[in-house]
Amino acid sequence: MDSSVLFGIATIGYMLSMVAYITYLVFRKGQIGVVATGITVASFVAQTAAFLMRWVEGYEMGLRSFWRPPISNLYESLIFFVWCLILGYLIIEFKYRNRSFGAFITPVAGLALAFIEMTGMSKEIQPLMPALQSNWLLAHVTMSFIAYAAFGLSFGTALMYLIEKTEKRSEPAYIFWTVSLGALIVLFAAMGLDFIKYHVLATNSEVIKSYLFRATFKSASAAVSLASWIGSVVIIALVWRYGYLLKRIVAAFSITTDLLDELTYKTIAVGFPIFTLGGLIFGAIWADQAWGVYWSWDPKETWSLITWFVYAFYLHARLMRGWKGRKVAVVAVVGFVTVVFTYLGVNLLLSGLHSYGTLG
Amino acid sequence: MTERKKSFIDRIWDLFASIKLAAVLFLLIALSSIVGTVIEQGGEPEKNMMLLKRLFGDSLAPSAYRFFETLGFMDMYRSWWFVALLALFSANLIICSLDRLPRIWRLVREPLKPLTPLMAGTVPIRKNVHLKGAPEAVREKLVRALKSLGFRAHDSAMEEGGYQLYSQKGRYSRFGVYLTHLSIIVIMLGAVVGIFFGFKGYLPIQEGYASDIAYAGDDTEHKLGFTIRCDDFDVEFYDMSDMPKVYRSRLTVIRDGKEVLKKVVEVNSPLRYGGYTFYQSNYGMVPDAQGYFILKIRGSSGKAVTVNRMLGESFVIPGTEIVGTIKDFSPALAMDNSGKTFTYSDMMNNPAVYIDFSEGGKEKYAGWILRRFPATWRLPDGYMVEFVDYWGVQYTGLQVRKDPGVWLVYLGSGIMTLGLYIAFFMSHRRIWILVRREGTFSEVTVLATASKNRPSFERKIERFIAGLSGGADG
Repeated sequence: MDSSVLFGIATIGYMLSMVAYITYLVFRKGQIGVVATGITVASFVAQTAAFLMRWVEGYEMGLRSFWRPPISNLYESLIFFVWCLILGYLIIEFKYRNRSFGAFITPVAGLALAFIEMTGMSKEIQPLMPALQSNWLLAHVTMSFIAYAAFGLSFGTALMYLIEKTEKRSEPAYIFWTVSLGALIVLFAAMGLDFIKYHVLATNSEVIKSYLFRATFKSASAAVSLASWIGSVVIIALVWRYGYLLKRIVAAFSITTDLLDELTYKTIAVGFPIFTLGGLIFGAIWADQAWGVYWSWDPKETWSLITWFVYAFYLHARLMRGWKGRKVAVVAVVGFVTVVFTYLGVNLLLSGLHSYGTLG
Repeated sequence: MTERKKSFIDRIWDLFASIKLAAVLFLLIALSSIVGTVIEQGGEPEKNMMLLKRLFGDSLAPSAYRFFETLGFMDMYRSWWFVALLALFSANLIICSLDRLPRIWRLVREPLKPLTPLMAGTVPIRKNVHLKGAPEAVREKLVRALKSLGFRAHDSAMEEGGYQLYSQKGRYSRFGVYLTHLSIIVIMLGAVVGIFFGFKGYLPIQEGYASDIAYAGDDTEHKLGFTIRCDDFDVEFYDMSDMPKVYRSRLTVIRDGKEVLKKVVEVNSPLRYGGYTFYQSNYGMVPDAQGYFILKIRGSSGKAVTVNRMLGESFVIPGTEIVGTIKDFSPALAMDNSGKTFTYSDMMNNPAVYIDFSEGGKEKYAGWILRRFPATWRLPDGYMVEFVDYWGVQYTGLQVRKDPGVWLVYLGSGIMTLGLYIAFFMSHRRIWILVRREGTFSEVTVLATASKNRPSFERKIERFIAGLSGGADG
């Protein structure tokens, strides 16, 4: 058995636990909840084992030194992100003794892993180029993803908060969350289509960049391109029109809005210091060691700084101005949108020094 | 008149102490930064023009370009207005911290006082428990329990034989935020020192050569005050691939004619000397350079000797009459399907040397010897010719930096780490225990506050009380 088999087991496991959590929400039986948690923990253990095995495989193939965990390309980093997300969720479940949130997080984990499978992005264990052989970089990447996972959790809770707290379709907060959610769906759908259509060619970053949105917005056929734009507007409009239906689902989670608000703050309060230290400071130290420039305003750095500003704004608004509830939830959602852009958007849309996290 | 002047200064002060200004600055810096990541900074005008054409269409692009150029967006992180935004941000940070500091200072320095009934109503955590025994009898136990929670108890008497124990912990954690603010200022200061007193440049050195000057971005010469010599440059690849594993420069520092330091520089492992740091940045072949082929030869005696020869020169395999003549060189040799050799790169990705071997003027054999393939080193007769290096034809490109502000940046980073840790993970906790006589029992009321993470402190206090009553029963 090699690591990919275990990754597959974990993917299926997260899908199953999603079903179990939703069943638990519907029937409210304690035993079903225990089963859901059991499946999640088992899948998490499988994923952890797979991660360790991949580590050993890279070492045995002589491609990486023993001190390099497998977090060096897009495939590995997305898997690590899912791992952190589930770990964070399990901590919340055990701390707050509330399983409802699981129905929201496990699908994200399962879908992310399925997305990785579907896109056919390269799973090969690649050797590290010289600039990437640094312990600072290792700490930088690891901590960044832990922070991203924490921000991802805060996005989930903030979104649930907004879903529960907004009533009318004319409300700015309602428009905001439906449009943001719609835009994220469009983005991932468009990228998914690119990958499905061109995944055979998806061997390196330049190729990916040139194929981005080729299946949709940038299609050679004007009709397809136009249809994509119309389609995205329709998707966003549909999310806006029927978004209130989500409220019923979220209401079924029976998490109080106060708890959602607190969880949003807590996860950001964990993510922000880790992001500052790992994402910004360790990243700067690595750049200083490798190139002699600790800060060069390249797009990735700048977007990390923008992310940092958004979350700093969240913390100040909440702690100093006493903002609570809807207003800060909007900021938390904006924060995660910048996180997604920092990770995917910069790699795929903008060019810069950081061309490593590619699909190569 | 002094009155009016003061009020004006006060207004400025209030503006800079406001969180609103901070919010506006956060927003302005973030939004303008976004533009800076879309428009390539310091990039070629044609490239940015193309980008603008795509965004605004062909007809609007030139005016859009002029608009962005006038506003300095083509090099915006150095533009006067962006620097001004950062300066305003720093001023805001300093003044809002100074504005709030005295209040926090008083809060921290003031010794904790026993709770008055009036104040007791405002304390968020409140728990009650009855313990067996008179107040005086349970005091020892309470003090011990407090100590195990990490609090040192202060004592104060109340009427009718009751008393109050009170204590606080982590009051300095209130400074965490200000430490974080301070760290940002320190980092900015470091950046400013680096900009005004630092040097950023470039130094290419050919193998075997030395230089005592580096070049700034605009190609002006910069005297280092010492000499750097490149003894060797080498790229190591992952097995059987063109994926580089290590870029390696062997450098020697020479001062007043004496070698003072030798260091192998790799990416992520720079050379530091005399306030300068030298980073492995790039490399290449020097056009038309003639170097030395370094060959390690093992003849009939089995002992290896090393020889240096140039293209066209010959050597003798020790203990034999066999003469090898270097005929050709390829920096990156490959073979096509028909077995014909060709060179696939200008870089030394797979260096190979073509050697003719003859004995007594009669040709014996000839062929390519590849540096990365030891199987090609063995000659048909069993002798070995190892291709060690083609030396003297590559240059190493070093990034040179002198930044007297970098230690401030590191110091600031350290302070920031500490400040954030304190601000997010430490809490100012205060606790008061009011004890009153109630018949043969003591009524114990625990009141507490926490500046952060109140629920967790509350849980701790619940456990604390459970411990007290558990002990009373047993």
